[in-house]
Amino acid sequence: MAGIPHDHYEPKSSGEKWLHSRLPVVGLLYDTLMIPTPKNLNWMWIWGIVLTFVLVLQIVTGIVLVMHYTPHVDMAFASVEHIMRNLNGGYMLRYLHSNGASLFFVAVYAHIFRGLYYGSYKSPREVTWIIGMLIYLAMMATAFMGYVLPWGQMSFWGATVITGLFGAIPFIGEGLQTWLLGGPAVDNATLNRFFSLHYLLPFVIAGLVVVHIWAFHTTGNNNPTGVEVRRGSKEEAEKDTLPFWPYFVIKDLFALAVILAGFFAIVGFMPHYLGHPDNYIEANPLSTPAHIVPEWYFLPFYAILRAFTSDVWVVIIAETLTGGIIDAKFFGVLAMFGAIAVMALAPWLDTSSVRSGRYRPMFKWWFALLVVDFFALMWLGAMPAEEPYATFSLIASAYWFGYFLVILPLLGVIEKPLAQPGTIEDDFKAHYGKSADATPAE
Amino acid sequence: MFRTLALSAVAAFGLATASFAAGEATHVEDFDFSFEGPFGSFDQNQLQRGLQIYTEVCSACHGLKFVPIRTLSDEGGPKLPEDQVRAYAANFEVFDAELDDFRPATEKDHFPGSGLENAPDLSLMAKARAGFHGPYGLGINQMFKGMGGAEYIASILTEYTGEEKEEAGVTLYENKAFPGGWIAMAPPLSDELVEFADGHENDLHHLAKDVSAFLMWTAEPKMMARKQAGFVGVLFLTLLSVLLYLTNKRIWAPVKGKKSV
Repeated sequence: MAGIPHDHYEPKSSGEKWLHSRLPVVGLLYDTLMIPTPKNLNWMWIWGIVLTFVLVLQIVTGIVLVMHYTPHVDMAFASVEHIMRNLNGGYMLRYLHSNGASLFFVAVYAHIFRGLYYGSYKSPREVTWIIGMLIYLAMMATAFMGYVLPWGQMSFWGATVITGLFGAIPFIGEGLQTWLLGGPAVDNATLNRFFSLHYLLPFVIAGLVVVHIWAFHTTGNNNPTGVEVRRGSKEEAEKDTLPFWPYFVIKDLFALAVILAGFFAIVGFMPHYLGHPDNYIEANPLSTPAHIVPEWYFLPFYAILRAFTSDVWVVIIAETLTGGIIDAKFFGVLAMFGAIAVMALAPWLDTSSVRSGRYRPMFKWWFALLVVDFFALMWLGAMPAEEPYATFSLIASAYWFGYFLVILPLLGVIEKPLAQPGTIEDDFKAHYGKSADATPAE
Repeated sequence: MFRTLALSAVAAFGLATASFAAGEATHVEDFDFSFEGPFGSFDQNQLQRGLQIYTEVCSACHGLKFVPIRTLSDEGGPKLPEDQVRAYAANFEVFDAELDDFRPATEKDHFPGSGLENAPDLSLMAKARAGFHGPYGLGINQMFKGMGGAEYIASILTEYTGEEKEEAGVTLYENKAFPGGWIAMAPPLSDELVEFADGHENDLHHLAKDVSAFLMWTAEPKMMARKQAGFVGVLFLTLLSVLLYLTNKRIWAPVKGKKSV
């Protein structure tokens, strides 16, 4: 493997040598676990471990839940109640799984915004970033389909609204929607295929996670300074890095334990905090709930979807230019997916040669505004589609696109970055004083 | 940078989740229940009184189709003796597909479903309604008060104004807790409607509260076990956090040029 020079695994005993010459799996594990890691990583670099843990938690609880769940429109809701009432610890499995989805998204948003602030997406880590975005998309698909499975009112009507988005695509939309649903409306066929895909996608995510880790183990981790680890020699590299085990494993596990303590407080004491009461009413195609609201983690993009109504000038222009092919509904769908696409394109939209936001005085404020904008969109997504929320949504959506399409390219040209430290070692010593040792103690 | 943003993030996050419950302005009174808060627990006697009210009044129209009758003797619930549960089950008739006929229910059966077509099943009602989402719509008080489902039910039972109107041949009753203000259910409870063997207070307020507590139990029968699991989980993870914190500090001390702990 290319990358930072470091010690590799050397088989010692004859048994180890025997295995290593046939399957170098121990060497792979050793190299993965002992990977040189920038020693100045801060607490925003713990989310990867949290995400990996939650993925495993979701898969393990999910597999057990599947043993007791029935994907049929007449039995799904009752089978969930069976899990809640008759299964030993079933209520805990289900609450861990449903709240686990929320923890997953809390962690992924923290992870993404960390990457955006410290420029982790920039060369040479574009592939890591793109794979991360694919994981994020797969997570959204998995979470959406998982929410349909309990077959409550919000499950049913959420599925109806979201699959309706595909119906907005010109020409092929209606056929595509029918194909996705397996019929003209959300019904048993839909529930069955969503169940099947909800089981499949987490394993696709797990595969993508392996590639994600492989990619950044090739380039090395980014770090808060954005300055690369010196790679001239092993000695030089060791001044900037520490092996992942035990330094970062223990640090990450500590952070994970703190986060899980909070998670258990929510699961144990208020498991419905992030849910919606309407989902405890069995799905009824004849009765539409007063407010159909997606789960919190979809709200920012839901707000963007709804922001572009037919009276917005960009929509009117698009509609006129395309002869009505792009109407307000389709424009909203394009905007929603576009909002994620511009984020995925950040490596090529950001023109600054400085990686970390720490040394970019103007970028810092625009980034802070982006975070505020994200939470504003989240709030607006839960509000009814009326004034003044509609105007606010439009402004907030415009900033989201403006940040990626205008501000990021422009800042690289007009901004005067601050001086960066020469090496990671300098940054680390500046933080911990001269006494900080350059080499790890045995 | 991240630290300063974290606070605003928490606030906005709360606001976003809060607005889920934003609905019509109805009046839901904040009843005090014994099961509120991380350490709250069901009052076994109250659940038994609630069961009696449900059986004598509510079950005439409503059902509890998701609740197995045997769970009445479960730990953390009304905890009736098993022979009483068997005798209680025999009050109901259930349809047996094998016999192709009705037979008396046993404790292995579920409660019957709703007898009246437009009377909703009450099994999950206390979780299917949110009474309040405060303070300031943040919803954080779920930690201490729950979602307010039981409060919503108790308010529905007590907030009738006495006004009636006819609409399309249906009599509607004014109710300040019901979204829209007019409900099709006639006031089901009144003072001293149900007599308790132990002579417990049976004015409207007490009856409403007792049956709401019972319906909270039917909706979340494992609440006690859940809170206990949560408490043990938080306790152990806090302990683990402390140990890992100390381990981490010790491992990093030489690197950071600090003395070992």
